[in-house]
Amino acid sequence: MKIYDAKPILIGLLIFVGFVSMPFWLHGGKVSPPPDPKLDTPAIQILEKKECVASKEYMRTSHMVILNDWRTQAVRNSKRFYVTAGGANYPASLQRACMKCHSNKAQFCDTCHNYIGLAPYCWDCHLPPKQETAQATK
Amino acid sequence: MGMKFALGVVLGLALAAIVGVKVLGLQYVFGVVIPYAALGTFLIGFIYRIIDWARSPVPFRIPTTAGQQYTSLTWIKPSKFDSPYTKLGVVGRMALEILLFRSLFRNTKMQLREGGKLTYHWEKWLWLAALAFHYSFLIIFLRHFRFFADPVPGIIQWLENADTFFEMGLPGILLSDFVLVVAATYLFIRRVVIPQVKYVSLPADYFVLFLILAIAITGMLMRYIWRVDIVSIKQLTMGLVTFHPTVPKGISVLFFVHLFLVSILFAYFPFSKLVHMGGIFLSPTRNLPNNSRMVLHVNPWDYPVKVHTYEEYEEEFREKMVEAGLPVEKPLEGMEEDKAE
Ligand code: HEC
Ligand code: HEC
Ligand code: HEC
Ligand code: HEM
Repeated sequence: MKIYDAKPILIGLLIFVGFVSMPFWLHGGKVSPPPDPKLDTPAIQILEKKECVASKEYMRTSHMVILNDWRTQAVRNSKRFYVTAGGANYPASLQRACMKCHSNKAQFCDTCHNYIGLAPYCWDCHLPPKQETAQATK
Repeated sequence: MGMKFALGVVLGLALAAIVGVKVLGLQYVFGVVIPYAALGTFLIGFIYRIIDWARSPVPFRIPTTAGQQYTSLTWIKPSKFDSPYTKLGVVGRMALEILLFRSLFRNTKMQLREGGKLTYHWEKWLWLAALAFHYSFLIIFLRHFRFFADPVPGIIQWLENADTFFEMGLPGILLSDFVLVVAATYLFIRRVVIPQVKYVSLPADYFVLFLILAIAITGMLMRYIWRVDIVSIKQLTMGLVTFHPTVPKGISVLFFVHLFLVSILFAYFPFSKLVHMGGIFLSPTRNLPNNSRMVLHVNPWDYPVKVHTYEEYEEEFREKMVEAGLPVEKPLEGMEEDKAE
C-alpha cells in the first residue's frame, strides 16, 4: 500500500482531524461546572413568594423576550408597567425591576452569560446595579 | 419521485427522534450514544476516504486548455492561474477555487435560439448562492463552538457579535441563519425548475439539501420561536467533550431532533457527495502544476515487460533455421568448424 504525496495529504488530514476534535483535547477529562445563579439578594430575601415576573421555566429560556417586549412597550408605547400572570405589578424596566431583585449581576446574570460566551450590549448604556460596579467583571 | 422519497426520509428521521425521546424516553441514546457514534463514523470514514484517494496514483498532469505552460512559445503568454507551471501558481489556483469557487464562477448557460443559433450566457446565480450557502454554513458551524468550549474563545464571541450586527430583537437576529436558508432554498428550487438539472438530480442530491434545511430550521425554531434551555444544553455538550456525559432534565425535544439530524449528517458525510469538502483538495485538474514539458513524469503502473529479443529467438531456433535455409546472424557451431578445416 503506497500513499502518493503522503506528506501534504497526511499533514492536511491531521490538521482537519485536529480541528474537528479540538473540543475533546481542549477539555478531555476536565469537568466544567454548570453555572449556579445565586438568588440571595436582599430584595428577593424579603419576598414572601419567591417568584420571578414569569414562571422559572419560562424565565430560563425566554427572559430576553420579556426584556425586548418591555423595551418596545416602554420606549414606543409609553407602557411602563407590567402585570404578571399572578397579578403583581412591576415597572417594565431593566434597571428598576430585573436588577432591583437580581442586584447581584455578577453572581446571577453573568454566571450564565459567561458560561455560554454572551455579553449582552445592554450595559453599554444601562447602569448595572450599584454594589456590583466596584468589581464589575463585564 | 426522488424528491418525495428524500423528503420522507428526512421527516421520518425527525419523527424517529421525537418518538424516541417523547414516547420511549431514550434521551441518553439520542443525546450521547448516537452523537458519539456519528462523530466516530465521520472521522474514521473521512480518513478512510482521503487515504483511499491518496493511494491512487495520478502520474500525468492534466493541463487545461486555458493557457500554455511557461514561455515555450514567446508570443503566447502563460496563464499563471489557469495553467500554472509553478507550485506557487498552483497554490493560487487552489486558493481561488476553495475560497471563491472560481470554476463555478465560469459557469455558463447554453441555449439553442431560433434558427439553430447557439448562445452562451453568463450565469452567476449558482455561484452566488453556492458561495452564500457555504460561507453562512461555515459561520454557523464556527459559532456553534460556543457549546463546545468553556470558556468560549473571544473569536467565537466576536463572530456572533458580527453576525447580530443589526441588533434586531432579542435574541438578536443572526444574519447567517437567514442567508443559509435562502441560499439552500435557491439551490433546491434550481434543481426543480431547470429541466436538465432536475433530470440529473438523484434522491441523494435532494436528501442532503433537505437534511441541511431541516437542521437549520430546527435550529432557528430553537432560537426564535420555541426557545430552549441553552444552559442545560451546554451542560450536555460539555459532558460530551469532557467524556463525562450527562443528560440534564428539561431539554426540549426540539433539541434532540436538531442533534439527531446533525448526527445523521455527520455519519452520512463520508459516504455521500459531501466529501467534496476533502476531495476538492485532491482534484487532479486543479492541484497539479502544468509542467509536462519541464519534468519527466513516470507512470508507477509501468512494470517490467516480458520481452523475447531476436537474439534469444535465434538462439532457440538456430538449427531449424539453418536447416530451412534461413539466414542467421551467428552460424551454427559445427558449421563454423567445417569451414575452418
Ligand atoms: C420580584 C423580584 C424579581 C423580579 C422583578 C425579577 N426576578 Fe427574576 N427571579 C426572581 C426569583 C425569586 C427567581 C427564582 C424563581 C424560582 O426559583 O422559581 C427568579 C428567577 C429568574 C431566572 C431563572 C434563574 C434560574 O436559576 O434558572 C431568570 C433568568 C430571571 N429571574 C431573570 C429575570 C429578568 C431578566 C428579569 C426582568 C425582566 C427578572 N428576572 C425580574 C425574582 C425576580
Ligand atoms: C444605546 C443605548 C442603549 C442600549 C445599548 C440599550 N438601551 Fe435600553 N434604553 C435606552 C434608553 C435611552 C431607554 C429609554 C429610557 C426611558 O425612557 O426611561 C431605554 C429603555 C429600556 C427599557 C425600558 C425602560 C427602562 O427603564 O428600562 C428596557 C426594558 C430596556 N431599555 C432594555 C434594554 C436591554 C435588554 C438592552 C440590551 C439588549 C438595552 N436596553 C440596551 C438605551 C439603551
Ligand atoms: C439561567 C441562566 C441565565 C440567567 C440567570 C440570565 N440569563 Fe440572560 N441569557 C441566558 C441565555 C442562555 C441567553 C442566550 C439565549 C440564546 O443565545 O439563544 C441569554 C440571553 C440574554 C439576553 C439577550 C442577549 C442577545 O444579545 O441575544 C439578554 C438581554 C439577557 N440574557 C439578559 C439577562 C439579564 C439582565 C439577566 C439578569 C437579570 C439574565 N439575562 C440572567 C441565560 C441566562
Ligand atoms: C452541521 C451542524 C449544525 C448546523 C448546520 C446547525 C444549524 C443551526 C442553526 C442554523 C441554528 C439557528 C441559530 C444559530 O444560528 O445559532 C442552530 C441553533 C442551535 N443549534 Fe445547531 N447546527 C449544527 C450542529 C449543532 C450541534 C452539534 C449542536 C449541539 C450538540 C447544536 C445545537 C444547537 C442549539 C442548542 C441551537 C439553539 C441556539 C440558540 O437558541 O441560540 N447544533 N443550529
